[in-house]
Amino acid sequence: MSPLHLCLLLSTVLFCIGLAAVLVRTSAILVLLGVELMLNAANLNFIAFWRYGPGGDDTGVIFVLFSIAVAAAEAAVGLALVIALHRHRRTIALKAANQLRG
Amino acid sequence: MSLAFLALALVCVVTASAAMISRNLIHSALLLVLTWIGLAGLYLWAGADFVGFSQAIVYVGGVSMVVLFAVLLTRRQRDEPLVLIPEAGVGRVVAGLAATFWVAALLVPAMVVAPLVQRAGPGPTLTVKRIGELLAGPHLVAVLVVGVILTVSLIGALYLAAPVTAEDQPEWDNGGTGRDRGNQEEPS
Repeated sequence: MSPLHLCLLLSTVLFCIGLAAVLVRTSAILVLLGVELMLNAANLNFIAFWRYGPGGDDTGVIFVLFSIAVAAAEAAVGLALVIALHRHRRTIALKAANQLRG
Repeated sequence: MSLAFLALALVCVVTASAAMISRNLIHSALLLVLTWIGLAGLYLWAGADFVGFSQAIVYVGGVSMVVLFAVLLTRRQRDEPLVLIPEAGVGRVVAGLAATFWVAALLVPAMVVAPLVQRAGPGPTLTVKRIGELLAGPHLVAVLVVGVILTVSLIGALYLAAPVTAEDQPEWDNGGTGRDRGNQEEPS
């Protein structure tokens, strides 16, 4: 199996681990961490195609840089939401977040 | 295929699975930091040095601190040593794992048999100078937009996480009242 295929397989495995965490876990923080893991798996794909792909340009690396910046912003906002949820409901279980203007 | 790749991939997969299985949130966060370190190592191994160091600085240095702060700020009791979370119901676990298995069963065979065009020989070299030229040239608008996104989202995060009413204030913080704090002069 070629290195590109192995990189894609690794990123698939990481994506599925993140997806399982998002779907199964009940804690809002762990769901956010699962989303982060899925984003990282996508970044790994960009780097793998930049390294082994046929294209001659460097757009993949630039895209990963922007992706990391946006993921950092997403983590900050998501964890602020978790803290706001905890302040209102005294828990971070997703089951508690079932009301608007709670 | 080098041994380094296999070792880094093993580190990533094992720590990520352990992080997502662990019932202790602090263990999960710390194990996921190891996953991010492994991914940074993979970027370095692939030759994307700048991305590897960015990953290390942003994730290992920044996001992990935010996650750990969120974990510690949302403990149920101040003296609770472990942050245990309630387990999901059986139905949720089965449905979630089934959906994940379905996605994996679609993706993995597609990955394995995909006829990918590949570069022969050594990988491309990308110097930091070239990245700087790309960011300041063709991607300048994107850099500015990302700057605006980061600023707005961080201000929004601050607004969301700031206490609204007096009873939301932790007991050690008795100065000012939440969001109005910026308007009044605080005695020093």
